Amino acid sequence: MATTATSPARESRDSVVIRFAGDSGDGMQVTGGRFTIETALAGNDLTTFPDYPAEIRAPAGTTYGVSAFQIHFGAVDVMTPGDQVDVLVAMNPAALKVDLKDLRVGGTVVVDLGAFTERNLAKAGFTTNPLDDGSLAPYQVLKLDVTKLTLDAVKPSGLQSREAHRCRNMWALGLMLWMYGRDREATVGWLKQKFAGRPELVQANVAALNAGHAYGETAEMSEYGVGYTVRRAPVAPGVYRTVSGTEAIAWGLLAGLRAAGLERMIFAGYPITPASVLLHTLAGLARYGVITFQAEDEISAIGAAVGAAYAGALGVTSTSGPGMALKTEMLGLAIATELPLVVVDSQRAGPSTGMPTKAEQSDLLQAVHGRNADAPLVVLAAATATDCFDVAIEAVRLATKYMTPVILLSDAFLAHAAEPWRMPDLDRLPRFPVRFRTEPAGFHPFLRDAETLARPWARPGTPGLEHRIGGLEKDYDTGHISYDPENHARMTRARAEKIAGIANDIPPQSVALGADHGAVAVVGWGSTYGAIHQAVRRARQDGVDASHIHLRYLSPFPRNLGELLKRFDRVLVPELNTGQLVQLLRATYLVPAEGLNKVQGKPFKVSEIAEAIR
Amino acid sequence: MTVTTITDAELQPKDYASDQEVRWCPGCGDYAILKAVHKAMAEVGARRERTVVVSGIGCAARFPYYMSTYGFHTIHGRAPAIATGIKLANPELDVWVMTGDGDGLSIGGNHMLHVLRRNVDLQIVLFNNEIYGLTKGQYSPTSRRGTKSPSTPGGSVDYPVSACAFALGAGARFVARSVDTLQGHLVGVLQRAHAHRGASFVEVFQNCVVFNDGAFDNFTAKDGAADTQLHVEHGKPLIFGARRDRGLRLKPGKLEIEVVTLSEGGVTPADLLVHDQTNRGLAHLLVALEPPGFPVALGVIYCNPAPSFEALVHAQAGAAGTGRQPPDLAELLMTKEGTWTVR
Ligand SMILES: Cc1ncc(C[n+]2csc(CCOP(=O)(O)OP(=O)(O)O)c2C)c(N)n1
Ligand code: SF4
Ligand SMILES: [Mg+2]
Repeated sequence: MATTATSPARESRDSVVIRFAGDSGDGMQVTGGRFTIETALAGNDLTTFPDYPAEIRAPAGTTYGVSAFQIHFGAVDVMTPGDQVDVLVAMNPAALKVDLKDLRVGGTVVVDLGAFTERNLAKAGFTTNPLDDGSLAPYQVLKLDVTKLTLDAVKPSGLQSREAHRCRNMWALGLMLWMYGRDREATVGWLKQKFAGRPELVQANVAALNAGHAYGETAEMSEYGVGYTVRRAPVAPGVYRTVSGTEAIAWGLLAGLRAAGLERMIFAGYPITPASVLLHTLAGLARYGVITFQAEDEISAIGAAVGAAYAGALGVTSTSGPGMALKTEMLGLAIATELPLVVVDSQRAGPSTGMPTKAEQSDLLQAVHGRNADAPLVVLAAATATDCFDVAIEAVRLATKYMTPVILLSDAFLAHAAEPWRMPDLDRLPRFPVRFRTEPAGFHPFLRDAETLARPWARPGTPGLEHRIGGLEKDYDTGHISYDPENHARMTRARAEKIAGIANDIPPQSVALGADHGAVAVVGWGSTYGAIHQAVRRARQDGVDASHIHLRYLSPFPRNLGELLKRFDRVLVPELNTGQLVQLLRATYLVPAEGLNKVQGKPFKVSEIAEAIR
Repeated sequence: MTVTTITDAELQPKDYASDQEVRWCPGCGDYAILKAVHKAMAEVGARRERTVVVSGIGCAARFPYYMSTYGFHTIHGRAPAIATGIKLANPELDVWVMTGDGDGLSIGGNHMLHVLRRNVDLQIVLFNNEIYGLTKGQYSPTSRRGTKSPSTPGGSVDYPVSACAFALGAGARFVARSVDTLQGHLVGVLQRAHAHRGASFVEVFQNCVVFNDGAFDNFTAKDGAADTQLHVEHGKPLIFGARRDRGLRLKPGKLEIEVVTLSEGGVTPADLLVHDQTNRGLAHLLVALEPPGFPVALGVIYCNPAPSFEALVHAQAGAAGTGRQPPDLAELLMTKEGTWTVR
């Protein structure tokens, strides 16, 4: 135990999961965000996951108004936000009620005594006070009157009590920064910037932050516990920042725009959770060549993107499940007219409105097959927040090279989850300049490139290329309307072959972990990457001959996929749906793949997958 | 943009026709509208490579295939959305939207509302035949009450929408009306629509010979036309009648229009309303006039330009730096939240 305030004995940890939980008004997202930055600056690997309430302004103190932010950081490769929480910071009784179930036995819970009033206990639905009734016996409990300690600390700044009360989160942050030996400098700088022009707020917040830190630093903590150290993670050299999936998609689209050599992106969307953040992110980036358009509905949004593509710009639209349903008919038009288009679908739990803020992977079959008639297109999925950047570039490449719509599947988890990102060397990103058709001789709108089978991109404004396109079937040889039966069969085949041929222009499927043959292949796609990877790693440590295969390309599949899967005795497909990829794999390759399915609006736990592998 | 050697100003109406066989029913009013559009384009010297004709689905929506310009035959009701995307991507293009009463006011009513309210620089021509032609004759949202059709054998019971009242209500800044058979008038109206910057809405009464023949005979029949049509002109008194002796005036003390006869009851030309195309209130009154009590108002009923949507969007983007040498992406990736370097 610490004997002096300056040199507390610190215990070492490989990785830690902290969850900050409180009322929506308690600033838990900010607290978590700041802890993330300080942790990243300290050189740990990390993954974060914010969990907001669905209500905009839920009544204070209620369980449905609880907002939480979870961070998993460590000296090792961190890939998921963590199965179980090691430290829970509960700013009120409701937060304790909602989040205690995820705390591991023996874990630490920090509560603000000042918030455990009878009124708040009742609002959270406690009939007895959990701090006294023995229900917290399996945990280490730090009962601190954060409210009072904060008010004392900020008194000199002369704030009104309401504003003073709002500094509690900085106090709690200060304590946690102390507990893990983190700096406060970046946060102090950030507070100065955030409250520029309101020096009293800067002073108060910094005072609260320092007071929380000092509280740990002094002997006052020693009766409860000690500080910890978490070594730096062995990561590749480079310049890093944290990035969320949404930011990574936005920047990937911009990088794709440049790689294609196009002047302008028209990004059209209609507000829907959790996709709106992408619209917001791009709305501020006009100087990079993007024009955002908030349309009157999702149909208009994809319509504008199709119109923009027809006119020679990069057309992009973004939505979530219910909006995807509305875009269906226009996707068919983009397929029939063979125009490039990127559609980002941030999947959420359904059917219908479902659970708008919760992640699911249940739009896969809709993306691959959900249109009238034979209407093939490209479907890609991003695995992690940083992967979103590369997948967005790839979506632009395939859309423009093959004149096809591309659906990029993200989800509510990826949209918000953040992780450290080694910033790419932008000079080394791929280049795939678009060549617009300008030569009138021999032109017709459906004249296909011999290799890619793509039709020419001929923009209005080009003399001599005036032509008409539309949703009616076209003659293969002239591009005019045709109802000829043989021609329709030929055009249907051509559309399918064009998409299937993309399999030759994408990397063969690799194995993310383990051998390319063996006892069990665990095959996933999308945001389950981290959980599957860790589970497979664990299984391998336990001597199971398991491999992790993660698909980015869902339509078409990589050309070696079927053969690769057949080299395993067992194929296990964990998905956050009732079994969609598993159906596609079984139907395509006649492999006896089995599903592992979860639809609770929550990510997989590593342990859930590890168990299924065994 | 590349400069062509052909000067399109010399193009004749026939040069705007494509080589495709026109496939409307013989006698369909759409032929006359097609002819009028070809003529109007020749009159304004439209450049084919810069002209785009966008349509939804319906008989009317076949239009682009019969033009030698760029054309996009899209899906039912959504042409305004696609046209908006085209204008956002390239504001230099001259874009026409061809739509029907079902396409533009039923399935696409919402898009029509918003494209007009936003004031996207388009010419929107609504072919109103008060019926669904392509799907074989069901009643449409502009069909009069009691319309018998395959889906309403006992006569429709719902109240129709007035296309021009809808457009005005949506905030359109150019609203005009014409008739398929009034070739000269129609060409003039289309030229005015083309000259207008912003969304121009033109309703054309179009006869569907197969499913709703004669729907507009009560005011388009040649013999009675002078008494049933009011051709409005900005700055001129609202006069009609074979002898040009009937006119409109405000009912004293009421916001209501009445028909008066000059020299009867001491009515003089000075009592008549003078058409003011910038007066939205007057426009609302004019589009509501219906036979038998009133003539049908034709011509440019409302014209009051304001900056168009895509121009404002591009101006704002320009102010933010779009169009100039775009900044380095690397700068964007740097964050005020902090980066760190691992060596
Ligand atoms: C989504 C969809 N629903 C229905 C149709 C069938 N449909 C085609 S045209 C049409 C109505 C056309 O009426 P209108 O716009 O008045 O055009 P007209 O044929 O009278 O010129 C309908 C219902 C369709 N093509 N697409
Ligand atoms: S059905 Fe009517 S509107 Fe359609 S082409 Fe025939 S006459 Fe014209
Ligand atoms: Mg019609």
